[in-house]
Amino acid sequence: MNGCRRGMDRVGGWKDSVVGAVVLPALVLLGGCRLEDRETRPDPPVAQALGQVALMPNGIGGSPPEVYAALGRPYRDSAFHLSQGKRLYEWFGCQACHADGQGGSGPSLIDGWWNYGPDLPTLYTTIHDGRPGGMPAFRDRMTRDQIWQLAAYVQAMGAYTGSLAAPGRSDRPQTRPAENRLPAASAPLR
Amino acid sequence: MRIRPLPSLALLLLCGGCAGWQSALDPQGPSAQALGQLLHGFVLVLAAIWLAVLVVLAVALRRRSRATPQAADRHAGIAVGTACVATVLVITGLTLASYVTTRVISAGAEAPLVVRVRALQWWWEVTYPGEAGPDVVTANEIRIPAGRPVRIELSAADVIHSFWVPNLAGKQDLIPGRDNVLTLTARQPGQYRGQCAEFCGMQHAHMAFMVIAEPPEAFAAWRAAQQADSAAPAGAEEAFGRRVFEQKPCGACHTVRGTEAKGTNGPDLTHLASRATLAAGMLPMTRGALAAWIADPQTIKPGNNMPMVPLTPAELQAVSAWLATLR
Repeated sequence: MNGCRRGMDRVGGWKDSVVGAVVLPALVLLGGCRLEDRETRPDPPVAQALGQVALMPNGIGGSPPEVYAALGRPYRDSAFHLSQGKRLYEWFGCQACHADGQGGSGPSLIDGWWNYGPDLPTLYTTIHDGRPGGMPAFRDRMTRDQIWQLAAYVQAMGAYTGSLAAPGRSDRPQTRPAENRLPAASAPLR
Repeated sequence: MRIRPLPSLALLLLCGGCAGWQSALDPQGPSAQALGQLLHGFVLVLAAIWLAVLVVLAVALRRRSRATPQAADRHAGIAVGTACVATVLVITGLTLASYVTTRVISAGAEAPLVVRVRALQWWWEVTYPGEAGPDVVTANEIRIPAGRPVRIELSAADVIHSFWVPNLAGKQDLIPGRDNVLTLTARQPGQYRGQCAEFCGMQHAHMAFMVIAEPPEAFAAWRAAQQADSAAPAGAEEAFGRRVFEQKPCGACHTVRGTEAKGTNGPDLTHLASRATLAAGMLPMTRGALAAWIADPQTIKPGNNMPMVPLTPAELQAVSAWLATLR
């Protein structure tokens, strides 16, 4: 019985190597064809619920809305949302105070120090409601999912852990490490 | 020979595509005319060569040669030599014709009207630098005086686009960080449709615009009207709509001159209702289409950069009523 099986293995040997050398790598490459889902239109009730951030009384740290977990924590791990966040960073004039993340009249976003903590609910609230010391509120200028996209981009910008998702590369010269070279801790700052 | 009715009808239907408001085969300006002549010249010459090759091939297949081997070699030499000389002549001729046409269409013009066109995902910003008075900024519609050359200065904000009005001129790319120029003239008043001709993302197919050529007097009147600020709201509903527009995120991206709305990320809406279409040629400019677009832009044109702003039904009614009065 054993000998018989070994014999069959030998017969199928060349087929196995074809499978190993050609078919399997081709199948692996096929995986690259998958297009990332782009959620361009959150359902209105979902968009409404995205504003229900429960922050600690001191305004630092908190939990995201329940719908955020139900959506599969989309913003930080989606290249589409991060790219939208990057566009919104320019559209809404963040560069005027924070430059390309290095900071100016506003604090730096890539030096590892967060005045109010680096978690998404806090960043969302900072952008939505503003903070004392000059950070304006954007609640009347952006929609809720736009604020989530921007918060995720800002968090990714100064993250000290790696991520598989990064926004598209800039066309203009970089003034800081490109987003796909994050985390900031492992990339030279200048 | 019996003529088959169905395929002939289908061919006739295809001919219908040759005319119309977006066709390179219906030239309405000198630039498009030169390109059309070049195209017809190429088609004629190449069709003649194709027919000649087929005739020679048919003769060669039917005739049995009774020549001696030496004579056959000589005949082959003559045939190859003739073909080489003809090829060189034809290619030289067509290259010269192509060069002359390029010279003609890229020549500048005397005293042109200058229009700046900036392409964005997925719409066109059109600026008329002020000759007397402020700049006129509009979107997705280029008004030009018929008969006067127009110098179109092209730039892009995000990715590469291509400006193409087939009835008036050839294609010209809009490239981020580089300024291109295209000069075109519309001989007759009329409406010509244009379209982005370089794949630029999800809504590339819905990135159209209109070129409207008018008599010079009508163009001057239009330009003067566009320089004015937006009209004051006519009634209570319009006034409420304007207030909503200023206070909600609308005003963060759109400018309506004469109001608090001063955003520059989206199209200038000061004289929105004077345009023929909405959303880069997708919808007709009606109050209903405006309301549908504002209520859910991501279903009409998925992926575009206008978010779905939550509005109550009353706010939506008022905003679309006000926008429909911005003539």
